[in-house]
Amino acid sequence: MLDPNCNTETAQLFELLSSVCDPEIPVLTLQDLGVLRDISIDDGAITVTITPTYTGCPAMDAMQADIETTLAEAGYQHVKVKQSLSPAWTSDWMSAAGREKLRAYGIAPPVRHSGQTTKRANIQCPQCGSGDTECISEFGSTACKALYRCRECLEPFDYFKCI
Amino acid sequence: MNRMMDTEPESALFNYCVALGDDSVVLGHRLSEWCRNGPFLEEDLALTNTSLDFIGRARMFYAYAAELENEGRTEDDIAYLRDCREYRNLLINELPNGDFAFTMARQFLIDVYDMGFFAGLAQSRDAMLAAIAGKAIKESSYHLRRSDDWVKRLGDGTEESRERIQNAFNQLWGYIPEMFRMSDDEQQLVDAGIAVDRCALKANWESTVHTTLKEATLDIPSENWAIGGGRDGMHTEHLGFLLAEMQFLQRAYPGQKW
Repeated sequence: MLDPNCNTETAQLFELLSSVCDPEIPVLTLQDLGVLRDISIDDGAITVTITPTYTGCPAMDAMQADIETTLAEAGYQHVKVKQSLSPAWTSDWMSAAGREKLRAYGIAPPVRHSGQTTKRANIQCPQCGSGDTECISEFGSTACKALYRCRECLEPFDYFKCI
Repeated sequence: MNRMMDTEPESALFNYCVALGDDSVVLGHRLSEWCRNGPFLEEDLALTNTSLDFIGRARMFYAYAAELENEGRTEDDIAYLRDCREYRNLLINELPNGDFAFTMARQFLIDVYDMGFFAGLAQSRDAMLAAIAGKAIKESSYHLRRSDDWVKRLGDGTEESRERIQNAFNQLWGYIPEMFRMSDDEQQLVDAGIAVDRCALKANWESTVHTTLKEATLDIPSENWAIGGGRDGMHTEHLGFLLAEMQFLQRAYPGQKW
């Protein structure tokens, strides 16, 4: 994540960009997602480093454009958005606030500890809170989500995968 | 002639990236052909989302190849402006989808392979390849959860589903040896700590695949035939048709963009 000791202008840019939302899950900001990795200013030119969540995620291009637009509207002329692959994005970087926003939106947040990926974790229903749920499909409406069903309240729901 | 002598290390790495991109883009395209043809909505989404993951991988490998080459080509040029004989994918990726059982049987064989391959590539001394592998393996782990499930459901399912997936494995079996056969260039890169020794992956791959097939009540097909040549640009008749569709737009309207 961003260096807490960074200078004031970087902090301002960070504040500005924390309003940019994920185009697919509009309740999450890029900051909540952990996608925003670094902001550097060199002689007036700004470089924003983001990391792709999924290699084939079509939202990445939209995020990049939204960052450029937001900075342009704030009067910044020389902006470059760079993608960095390493370290690979993990759902562990999602903020606590982001997880709660997801749950309130009806999407079960990723369980922690991305190392345990071979077995399916026990997921809580975001509607009724029951732990009695089952996986219907490894994919929901987007690559980052799986489709689950609650056996208690019978509602289907999206689960943001833990990777 | 010893090919190790006439390949510059840089071009060996370029060829390696292109071959890995080819594996990904060809399978990604095959999976995309399921779009709106899936057996039910959730599977339609799963097949096409998996497709996106593979196309995403291809983009990363091609973009890196283009950067290494440094002659102004882009990832799109590499994907859309090369003909069959220049494609270097393993043949298993280009086979037509067949029925759902065939698609999932192939996916399972490749997902198990990818788990081993990308775990190895993540240790590469080439930082970019290691970074790509670090992302890809996360995706392969949920691809495998799904394909492993389907092999068991279809194998230990109805008489018809069992017959279909058994036939699929029988038809795929001869494409497996190629997955574990190294080329000279590749061995050079293994020696340099960059590429993955695919031969060494076979024992683990076999043990995982056999365990699932047994659990799925399926027979392990016998290894009495083998076909290869993809890494040398020798393909089945199917790749040409695939590229004809995939490349149509850039061939007919060169340079078109979204």
